[in-house]
Amino acid sequence: MKARVLESWAWILAGLLLVGLASAVLPSASQSYPMYVVGLAGINVILAVSLHIVNGLTGQFSLGHAGFMAVGGYTAALFGTQAISEYKLMYISEPVSDTILFFLATLLGGAAAGLAGFFVGLPSLRLRGDYLAIVTLGFAEIIRVTIENVEILGAATGLVGIPPLTNLFWIFLWALVTVLFAKRLQESTHGRALAAIREDEIAAEAMGIDTTGYKVRAFVASSFFAGVAGALLGYYLTILTPRDFTFLKSVEVVVMVVLGGMGSISGAILAAILLTVLPEALRPLREHTGVDLRMVIYASLLLAMMLLRPRGILGRQEVWAMLRRRRKSPELEVAP
Amino acid sequence: MTEFFQHLVNGLSLGSVYALIALGYTMVYGVLQLINFAHAEVFMLGAFSGYYLASWLPAFQRGPRFLVVLSLSMAICAGIGVVIERFAYRPLRNSPRLNALITAMGVSMLIQAIGQLPFFMGPSPRFFPPLLPNRSLLSVAGVGVTTLQAVTLGSAVLLMIGLHRLVFHTRFGAAMRAVSFDGRTAGLMGIDANRVIALTFMVGSALAAAAGILVGLSYPRIEPTMGVLLGLKAFVAAVLGGIGNIRGAMVGGMTIGLVEAMAVGYGSSSYRDAVAFGILILVLVFKPSGIFGKAVVEKV
Repeated sequence: MKARVLESWAWILAGLLLVGLASAVLPSASQSYPMYVVGLAGINVILAVSLHIVNGLTGQFSLGHAGFMAVGGYTAALFGTQAISEYKLMYISEPVSDTILFFLATLLGGAAAGLAGFFVGLPSLRLRGDYLAIVTLGFAEIIRVTIENVEILGAATGLVGIPPLTNLFWIFLWALVTVLFAKRLQESTHGRALAAIREDEIAAEAMGIDTTGYKVRAFVASSFFAGVAGALLGYYLTILTPRDFTFLKSVEVVVMVVLGGMGSISGAILAAILLTVLPEALRPLREHTGVDLRMVIYASLLLAMMLLRPRGILGRQEVWAMLRRRRKSPELEVAP
Repeated sequence: MTEFFQHLVNGLSLGSVYALIALGYTMVYGVLQLINFAHAEVFMLGAFSGYYLASWLPAFQRGPRFLVVLSLSMAICAGIGVVIERFAYRPLRNSPRLNALITAMGVSMLIQAIGQLPFFMGPSPRFFPPLLPNRSLLSVAGVGVTTLQAVTLGSAVLLMIGLHRLVFHTRFGAAMRAVSFDGRTAGLMGIDANRVIALTFMVGSALAAAAGILVGLSYPRIEPTMGVLLGLKAFVAAVLGGIGNIRGAMVGGMTIGLVEAMAVGYGSSSYRDAVAFGILILVLVFKPSGIFGKAVVEKV
């Protein structure tokens, strides 16, 4: 047991070291385009892994991740334009003060999205079935329409002047936190309960699992990280428009989770990176034909995946579990 | 008071369209327990096939032209519905429900995305030709009814009466209700469930096509994404009436239409699309089984 605890701490330390090293060595995102894409991939990893908690681990179907992202992004951005640009913390230098306030802004964005997740999730997750898909879809649309009509949020033209405080370090750090959270959740008692709900909700309930409570908590956690991703995106692009949070964005995240194999964190990470790089690779084609084929490609991918290989790329396996199994001598493994 | 009746008339004509679409959702949910997201796209295709038929068939004059366009696009969409069911849903009949749901989503997105490509319908809106003259039909005590409203309400009601007879007074209807009640047992009783499901898709899609034409007549701006919001509202109507319940879908559709017309009339039109969503939340909180639905205890 002790070895496991040590090992998980080793993972966290290794991850932190890697994040520090990567952000120190790599050129900054504002200077080179490939690094900019790396940053976007990191944000997409956060989104995909957070949606994985609901769609992959708990077996529910949320279609409104862009909505929670928008709530978090706009909350944090509003804080940025109103507070960070105006006020500084006393007794510390300006960059440090900005960084602390920026960190607060991401937390604030996450919290706002989590709260929204609670109010959307509670009525729809009480019920079995597919209501969550419809409610989240509707919610995301309503959020977008509301933003388009509210002047202080920049309406349809967008919220401009967000300080450019997101760098690769923050993106990697939050991605690490999200992945570790999802991984540890998955391996905890809580995660087992969620997996039980995914496998058979009636049986899980009969085993004494408070299905609604677990589902709502998972949904709130997922929304929190979506909000953080939105906050990071706002401070990354320095402008937020309602067009960033259309239905297409939600679908993109769903495709990432489905493609990776619903139930696998590493699959979601892999698919998130793949789906960020793919449109960049397809950019010449789009510029050549003048047609945006993204939606067609996503939809076809989704359909092909469901009809031909519903397990996704990795199914429910994790890359690290596969590595560990290879390292150890084959012994009786408890099925994950 | 006059104002109220005017909103009532508008609401009924809008609600009848919602009801037509909601019927397709509710029937498919009845037999497959699947939210057929692609239904909204069938509705959109109905409007577009009406648009193309009307421009290719100038020979037919006024009165019959509307009927010809209506019945032809109903037939086309019935075919589309069957094709969707055959190639996207039937292969997944025995897989988890989530997979079927994602597939439905995928079909809906694919049709929308392909429709937006320039060599199909294109992303910019088209304008539906006026198949019928729109003039004020009658006016009682200041409340005006236009011909379009009368035709919309009339055709919707006629179609719904037809559907009601089909479902409750024919052998096919009995088979459909049997499959919806218990698919496996229905199969053991000699009902070909696949055939019933295909026919259900056919009927539902034909109704959606009719709704598409009626919407095209009253709101001539048609575009490939027009199905999304209307489809969502119609789905809410189906949930409100109790999903899987045919009479519920009719009542739910009318209710959503009326509430929306009242909200626009007495409130503000910018919250028009939030109304249906608010109703959905209320239904889910207070009576998830809907007006006519029975709370089903799931047995293991």
